[in-house]
Amino acid sequence: MKMVIAVIRPEKLECVKKALEEKGFVGMTVTEVKGRGEQKGIKLQFRGREVEVDLLQKTKIEVVVSDKDVDEVIETIATSARTGKFGDGRIFVVPVEKSIKIRTGEEII
Amino acid sequence: MNSGDVAWILVSTALVMLMIPGVGFFYAGMVRRKNAVNMIALSFVSLIIVSILWILYGYSLAFGSDIMGFTGSLNYAMLNGIGIEDLKGLEIPHMLFVIYQMMFAAVTVAILTSAIAERVKLSAFILFSVLWVTFVYAPFAHWLWGGGWLAKLGAVDFAGGMVVHISSGFAALALALVVGRRTGFEEYSIEPHNIPMTLLGAALLWFGWFGFNGGSALAANGLAANAIVVTNTSAAVAGLVWMIIGWTRGKPGSLGIVSGAIAGLAAITPAAGFVDVKGAVIIGLVAGVICYAAMDFRIKKRIDESLDAWAVHGIGGLWGSIAVGLLANPKINGYAGLVFGGSQLITSQLIAAISTLVYAFAVSLIIAKIVDATVGLRVDPQEEYVGLDISQHEEVAYT
Repeated sequence: MKMVIAVIRPEKLECVKKALEEKGFVGMTVTEVKGRGEQKGIKLQFRGREVEVDLLQKTKIEVVVSDKDVDEVIETIATSARTGKFGDGRIFVVPVEKSIKIRTGEEII
Repeated sequence: MNSGDVAWILVSTALVMLMIPGVGFFYAGMVRRKNAVNMIALSFVSLIIVSILWILYGYSLAFGSDIMGFTGSLNYAMLNGIGIEDLKGLEIPHMLFVIYQMMFAAVTVAILTSAIAERVKLSAFILFSVLWVTFVYAPFAHWLWGGGWLAKLGAVDFAGGMVVHISSGFAALALALVVGRRTGFEEYSIEPHNIPMTLLGAALLWFGWFGFNGGSALAANGLAANAIVVTNTSAAVAGLVWMIIGWTRGKPGSLGIVSGAIAGLAAITPAAGFVDVKGAVIIGLVAGVICYAAMDFRIKKRIDESLDAWAVHGIGGLWGSIAVGLLANPKINGYAGLVFGGSQLITSQLIAAISTLVYAFAVSLIIAKIVDATVGLRVDPQEEYVGLDISQHEEVAYT
């Protein structure tokens, strides 16, 4: 079992949600975050003066899936969140030891 | 001088002033969080720019001595010759009339910021405002209130259905067409970021509108009372219409409810001093339906007149201006509409509404193109992406 964490453009959230749902991945946790990548945010030029927008608004999606589905989820998120420009975000995969459903106490290992 | 009249118009001036940031809050809630500061700031900038222009020459162009029915002269530039003596035919000081009218001009400019939401440079907006007040607003105020050609024709506009609402609504449409759509418009959803803020703005607008329409009686009298009653009635009816439409389509969203009320307020504005409460119900009812239809039409045509100044103010003001010619009750203010056997008023109202509509759209389009060609209207794509709060003000709404 793995957790796929994607940090994406906020405006791409609906697109990604829809794409995942079409593939049968419904459950997710979404958080509004701020972050920066290798470009250190965005530099705006004002008549010779530079304004650095260091941390940009992003959206983080967390999806827990079985090992066999990881590649499909990564592919789905990457395709639906991509614009081809700097700032499209990143995807991380981390191992998950347990998943417990609170209502029933059911445990998935 | 009548101290009651003076007190009421002083209060009305303050009420209308509060509508200006009210427009800012109303609009700011509907944009994304990265543009909230800019949207509110634009309304303050409207107030600042118009306040200065009005003193310099704006008031004079609107209310100075008539030049060929089209504009006032510069005899009142820098408020030359205007003192605290009574304005002719009224019992309030001339100076008070100047600032009361100034607030009308400023709120009109604030309304048209709907068209530039989330994508236009502050500097471009300032330049546009200066040109627009000079070539659109001031002439309209002169045409209808300053003894210009439409007033001579017999057209009436109690509190600005044409001068304020047709002008700002159709200017917004022209401006939106020149500016173009926001990046991502229809590609991904651009959601209102703070609906309570919009509701707060609507509250300030509704509250201020009592001074806007009630104050337009220019006296503390029965006409002012009638204006406030019909204003409130039309707002409530149109708000109810949007609520019902919302319900039939799903849920009655608060954004729709207050937008409907604003449509009712815009529509009753030209008529508030001429119609009775029955007329107000009809005006509110029709305004609710046609302004909603106009909004639907705009969305269908994929025009990004972002915050619906055209659908709500433009179309509302257009209907209300025509409605005066239909529903004016002679018992209120001596003018008779078609329903009360008067056949003349509808003709002059139609001519006035159509002329102001065409002029506002055409001249605003030209001004927008001039501004675009000189300083450029739009921010660059990266600035638009980051948001105007940071790119135009180096501030953020929410840390």
